Order: sequence, then structure tokens, then C-alpha cells
Amino acid sequence: MFDQFVQLLVNGLITGSILALTGVGATLVFGIQRIANFAHGDYMTVGAYVAFVVNVAFHQNLIVAAFCGMVAVAVFAVIAHYSLFRPLRGRGFVAISIISFGLSLLIRNLIFLFGGSAVRQYAVSQSAVYVIGFVRLSPGQAVAIAVALVVAPLTAWFLARTRVGKRMRAVADNRDLAAVAGIDIERIAVYVWIFAGALAGLGGVMLGLEQGTFDPNLGVDPLFLIFTTVVLGGIGSAYGALFAGFALGLAMELSTWQALAGGLGSQYKPVLAFVVLIVILLYRPQGLFGRARVL
Amino acid sequence: MAIFNLPFWTYVGVIAGIYTIFALGLYVQDALTGLPNFGHVAFMALAAYGMAILIIRLNVPLPIAATGGVLAAVGFGLLLGIPSLRLRADYLAIVTVAGSEMVRYLALNLQDLTGGALGSIGMLGPSNLAQYNTDWDNFLSPITATLTRLLGSGIANRDFTMLLIVWLLTLVLMLLLWVMVRSPWGRVLRSIRENEAAAEAVGKNVFGYKLQVLVLGAILGAIAGLLLAWEIGVFSPDDYQPTVTFYAYLILILGGTTRLWAVPVGAVLFGILYSGTRFLNFFPLSLIDSGDRAYLRLLIVGFLLIVLMAVRPQGLLGNRKELLIQ
Repeated sequence: MFDQFVQLLVNGLITGSILALTGVGATLVFGIQRIANFAHGDYMTVGAYVAFVVNVAFHQNLIVAAFCGMVAVAVFAVIAHYSLFRPLRGRGFVAISIISFGLSLLIRNLIFLFGGSAVRQYAVSQSAVYVIGFVRLSPGQAVAIAVALVVAPLTAWFLARTRVGKRMRAVADNRDLAAVAGIDIERIAVYVWIFAGALAGLGGVMLGLEQGTFDPNLGVDPLFLIFTTVVLGGIGSAYGALFAGFALGLAMELSTWQALAGGLGSQYKPVLAFVVLIVILLYRPQGLFGRARVL
Repeated sequence: MAIFNLPFWTYVGVIAGIYTIFALGLYVQDALTGLPNFGHVAFMALAAYGMAILIIRLNVPLPIAATGGVLAAVGFGLLLGIPSLRLRADYLAIVTVAGSEMVRYLALNLQDLTGGALGSIGMLGPSNLAQYNTDWDNFLSPITATLTRLLGSGIANRDFTMLLIVWLLTLVLMLLLWVMVRSPWGRVLRSIRENEAAAEAVGKNVFGYKLQVLVLGAILGAIAGLLLAWEIGVFSPDDYQPTVTFYAYLILILGGTTRLWAVPVGAVLFGILYSGTRFLNFFPLSLIDSGDRAYLRLLIVGFLLIVLMAVRPQGLLGNRKELLIQ
């Protein structure tokens, strides 16, 4: 019973860190440009595929591969910002979100057409199992959790302590107030896309590692969990999204713990996330840490 | 296949009619009242699953099963609307897309009830093919027989009968909507879209109106879902991807977001576009093999969504001054 708990805790940390890292990016983007970015999941897929090419075709190790994936998605996100989202600023929320869905279809089907629909995997052993105490990890999961333990605190530190991090939070929280305070909104918007793109790319690699195999639909399923993370943390709140991602990931995994009246069937994990979303909207729409204001 | 193939274009016409009804739901919700719904496909899915489950598992007669399917969609609309309609539109957008993914996810995973990935034919287990269409086909076949006697078998077939039924229904629904949009009720909806606070200030129950609109859209989406299930004869969770919702948005933009009569125009354009990709078999597109055509099609849909939304958000026939999807 207890070893299952520890195992679920570890799985929850992996899922949670993926949601936290992608959710922080999505919520900051939401804050600066009021967009539900439907392409965010496909940004993850791009990261996973770039890393796959570097890892498998160019025989680089996973850390290098993941870094290349992050850089590629960050560059892509900035290009999309300059060519699409910035020129169309001022359009309403629905219009921009529809455009982001068009972008999502474009990315996904280009990967399908040029990368093929075959199932891919990184050059890590799929059969090896590390046993640490009670916990059993595949090498992919081990890398994912190692990355999570480094990157999540780093992200929190970046947002809390650096000038750029503070400004990004300020702009996402209240754009007009940030502009009045002398923050260069245009510059920060670019930084936010770099930041969100890099984290989405990393999230894609981690999700690919955690699942073991992936195809061009990798980013489709997590998208609604990312949106749930954003609402749970409070739209535009970076810390909120970090916390909400981990909370959601842990809650989803731990809900299957058998000591909890037999546990939830594992196929109901996303249903739990949806129930959380509905309850949050009913009772705390400003998010866990958001201040009450007109929503 | 030759481009001039009557049975094929009859089928395209049926699908265009069904998508017109589907997009009308979105027209009422988003274009008219300003409620973004990125999960419209869920209403389609719930109606189809509700109807098929009632028929296959409980042997309920077709009309009652169809009503059950519509009620399932309405219930789901209320579940999404009650928590999110008091909040900013962003929240409704997120909760609807999350909800539609949830419906698809449950359809995939509640195997005993829904047939899982197999879809409707798997509802009685993999060894026992399930069929929900018998009553509907029994309803169609005498009509088709009469039409064949009148028009000859060159024109009349099952799809032709469907074409008449679907477009007759579309016409009736559009007339109803036309009357509703012009009524005081419709004016309140437009005032909510333009200025919610003002509508509230003159004493309108904004939340109540929004909920009515969400339910009306759910009913239209559900009717489309039923017709599509009857037309095709099988369905599976994969048919209810979020992409389908955005087909409806594309239809609104292709036709024009400001005019009710532009919706069927958009749907016909969409139908031609969607099924027409199979005729794009000249070089260099002929290099793409038929299995990859679906990706090409979705690529085109994505491209059109971006370009049209960026350049003509009011739609091809729309009037930019009046209103657009914002």
C-alpha cells in the first residue's frame, strides 16, 4: 500500500512538472495577449520531434536533444508572435484563439506529412527498470523527473528574482499598470513567448519520455489539462500555474491510490481534472491564489 | 473518380446540410450573443451516443431515443453553462473545450457502455456488431421507393432522401431562428453581445438569456449529431475531435458571421472544399498518397482559418461594420 503511494507520488511529480512548466507559459501568454493558445500542445510536439531528431538521427544525448528542442520551439514561438499574433493584436479573444487553432492544425499536419504518422521513441531503453527503494522507474521517467527537479525550482527562481521574470509577471497580471510603470511591453511580450516556447518544448520532451512512445498527436491530449492548470492557478498568475500544475498532477495520480476506497480507475484521472475545473469555476473563479476581482 | 458524380455530390449535399444545422448552433451562441463555444462538438457526440445507447441497449423506440440524445446534450450544456456563464467569456471558452475533450475521453474509456475506440458497432462487445440504424432506414426506405418511382433510380437513392429531409429541416430551423432573431428576445441577445453591462442595467436577466442561448445551441448541435449518425450509420470517439467544432467556425467565416442566410452558403462551400481535396490529384499534390490526404485536408482547414480570420473576420459575405466574431 505504502510503496504504491510512493510510486504514485513520483508519477504525479512527473505529470505535475509537465503541467506546471507548460501551464506557466500558457498563463503568461494568456496574460499578455488574452489568447487561449490552442497551439500550445503542438508547440510541445514540435519540441519532442526536434529533440527526437537530435537524439536519434544525430546521436546526441537526451540533455542536448532536449535543449535543442527548447531552443527550436522558442524560436518558433517568436516567429509566430511576430508574423501572426502581434500584427493581429487588438482582435478579440475568440478571433485570436481560432487563429491559434488554425496554427495548431497547421503544425500538427505538417509534422504528419513530413515526419510521418509512425510511433517514435527516444534512444533510451524501453525495457530497463531502475528500482530505487519502492519506486520503479523507466530510464525515460528517470530523466523526466531529474529534469523536473532542476527546472521547476529554476523557473520559480527566475520568475521571483530576476528583472525579466518580475516584469513578465507584472505584464501578465495587469498590462496597463505595467506599461504605466515604465515596462517595455513589446520587449516583455517577446521574452514571454521565448520563455513559454522553451518550457513547452521541454514539456513535450518530458511527456515523450514519460509515455515512452509518441506520435504527432502528442500535444493534443494534454492541452485541456494545461488549460485547466491555467484556470486553477488563476489566469495570468505564474506562481499559481506552477503550483496548480503540480497539484493537478499529484491529485490525478494519487486519486488512483488503492487505500482511497480502492482508488479511482486510472482512466478517470482526466475526469477528476474536469471536476476540479468545474468546482473551481463555481467557487473560486479567480484561481487558487488570485485576488477576487471582476471576472 | 470523375468530378461529375451525382451520388457523390448528393452525399456532399447531405453533409453540408447537417453542418449547416451544426453551425447554426454556433451562430446563435457566438455570432449573435457573443458566447465563445470551443466544444460545440460535444453536443453532437452526446446526442449520437445517447440515441445509440438507448436503442442498442434498451431497445427504446427511435423518437424517444432521439429525444433522449437531445436531452443529454441539453443537460451537458447546463453543466457547462451554470458555472461559467457568470464569468468572463474566456472561462466559457476553456470550460467548453475541456468539456468536449472530456466527452470524447469518456466515450473512449467507458468501453462497456460506449464500445470504446470501436465506437457504435462495439456497443455489444467486439463479437456482436451493434446497429442503431434499423428504425431510421425503415423510415427512409418507403420514401426512397416513392421517389424512385417519380424520378427514376438515376437520381433517387437513400442519400437523396436524406438530402431532402435534411435540407427541409434546415429550412424550417432557419425560419424559426429568423423569427426569433427578429423578436425582442433576439434584440436582447444582440445587446448582451454589444454591451453586457447595459443589458443588465435595463433589467434583463443576462445570465438567464445566456443559458437559454447555450441550450438552444446545444439542441441544434444535437440535431446535427443525430442526423450525422443516421447518415453515416456508425460513429466512434475519433469522429468528435475538437477540430469538428472549428469546422463550424470555418463555416461561419466562409459564409459570413453577420447573416443567418450566409450559414448554409458557408456550409456548402465547406462541403465542396472538404470533399474536394480528393480531386486535388495533380502534380505535385499527387505525390501525397491517399492515406496522407486527410492531413492535407486538415492543413488546408488550418490555413484557411488563419487567413480568413486575419483578413476577413466578418466572413466572405459579412458586413464588417455590423459585427464579427471577436
